[in-house]
Amino acid sequence: MFDYQTYRRWTDRTMVFLCGAAAFVAMIPLVSLLAYVIIRGVKRLDWTFLTSIPTPVGVTGGGMGNAIVGTITLVLIACCVGLPIGIMAGIYLSEYGKKNKFAWIVRFTADILSGVPSIVTGIVAYTLIVRPMHNFSALAGGVALGFMMIPIVTRTTEELVKLVPHSIREASWALGVSQWKTILNVVIRTARNGILTGVLLSIARIAGETAPLLFTAFNNQFWPHGVNEPTASLTVQVFTYAISPFKDWQDQAWTGALVLLILVLAVNMAAKLFFKNPRQLLR
Amino acid sequence: MSDETAVKDKKVRAAVEPTIAKSETRKIEVRHEEPSTEKKTTKVKVDDACAFFGTKQALFSVNMEIAEKEVTAIIGPSGCGKSTLIRCFNRMHETVPTAKFTGDILLDRKSIFAPTMDPVVVRRRIGMVFQKPTPFPTLSIYENVIVGLTLNGVRDKKVLDEKVEWSLRKAALWDEVKDNLQKPGAALSGGQQQRLCIARALAVELEVLLMDEPCSALDPISTSKVEELIHELRQNYTIIIVTHNMQQAARVSQKTAFMLNGKLVEYDATEKVFTNPSNKLTEDYITGRFG
Repeated sequence: MFDYQTYRRWTDRTMVFLCGAAAFVAMIPLVSLLAYVIIRGVKRLDWTFLTSIPTPVGVTGGGMGNAIVGTITLVLIACCVGLPIGIMAGIYLSEYGKKNKFAWIVRFTADILSGVPSIVTGIVAYTLIVRPMHNFSALAGGVALGFMMIPIVTRTTEELVKLVPHSIREASWALGVSQWKTILNVVIRTARNGILTGVLLSIARIAGETAPLLFTAFNNQFWPHGVNEPTASLTVQVFTYAISPFKDWQDQAWTGALVLLILVLAVNMAAKLFFKNPRQLLR
Repeated sequence: MSDETAVKDKKVRAAVEPTIAKSETRKIEVRHEEPSTEKKTTKVKVDDACAFFGTKQALFSVNMEIAEKEVTAIIGPSGCGKSTLIRCFNRMHETVPTAKFTGDILLDRKSIFAPTMDPVVVRRRIGMVFQKPTPFPTLSIYENVIVGLTLNGVRDKKVLDEKVEWSLRKAALWDEVKDNLQKPGAALSGGQQQRLCIARALAVELEVLLMDEPCSALDPISTSKVEELIHELRQNYTIIIVTHNMQQAARVSQKTAFMLNGKLVEYDATEKVFTNPSNKLTEDYITGRFG
């Protein structure tokens, strides 16, 4: 006779095994990628690499100092564009626009925007800034990255501000504190860590973008002198070096990738520190 | 239910009920107070108040006068509109998106809905303590107490220091927290948090204190502390307390209002309501026949 109990037990075991195996397979590319970048990149990783500008082909030494500075500049410009708009839009969505049609449209647009291919964002920034100003610039690149930040920051801010219990708002109103002061000093202050986490995660996300920078910030072999000139970034520099035929440049590309990875990882770790668990977001 | 069992059930109930009623009434002790000779002035007057949530009516033309420097208790079963009524007093009712209100509420004979009365100002004069203690989680004890002042522009450190001590003393919390003023407010026990919320309400220019079931989340010891505090505060403030606990209403209040299904059924001196209610519904509720 067919034994249901044995059948169920074996189905259970098989499914657990399959899911575990799938999780393991998913880990393989991640771990090998990390290991490979570290092994290949660590060779050239030294103080010179971090602090000097690229040398001409054939001259040994040189590094990506200007690209590191460039990436940081681009992220800062992106923050100037993306954070105020993103955070305020998120607050609007959760505090004032719970159900109205406009908020629905904003929410929907933000969701679509966060899925738009980054190269499209690059084209938009190219049309808006590079064309009228007739040159590639850090400004254009930063704005392109900022555009990518807006939907991410908007939606995370909205979700985290919504987590603040309604009773806290009521308690503040009951003390005779007006709505905008309540939002600014009580609600945002309570959701502060959560919002900060969202911001850090969005920075980690955009710092690794290449496509929107290719025809906005472009590239540069020298130290930057301002935001209105072509600027190197780690990602574009890695791309340029990686497709070059020179062994030295290819090695540097690996190291550049490693530096970028470390930067993004550091930002992610910082975010994790704030994030520990959802309840602590409100401390 | 068949007729036979129904009849039986009735008989059983008839036999049991008087004893229940008696023992229940005996449990509720009313604090006997000599009727004060001076005539109390009316602090808050509710005039034909009707409140709605969307199309659902929650209050049906409530009229009542609340005397100054007295404790008024509002009792009644869940969902009878007690909380809705006191949330009208400081215009918190209108913060619910679909809520509507008709009628009028007068504070010192002036309408709180007058165009010159900002809800923000009303709420500063009529403070509120909620069922669940709600200290602001990111603020220290010190900041929690004076948050109503700092957010409205008071910066003078000396004034704030004095206000913190004064409010915490008033709320009978000073001795317990004076060495830990910089600790987060959320680190206190539930009962301490509730007294912190009372201190916070006192720190603004408070005249009337609304308490929405302030003890239902507290243990008996904390409850008795809050009740003692209510007795103290009565010297200076008008207090309106919503409570599920009839013993508590009897202990702390001078006047009691009984509400049922959004209507004010009876409103009289506490002693009268609990010993000799004029309405049959009140008597049924107090003796535990429903609710």
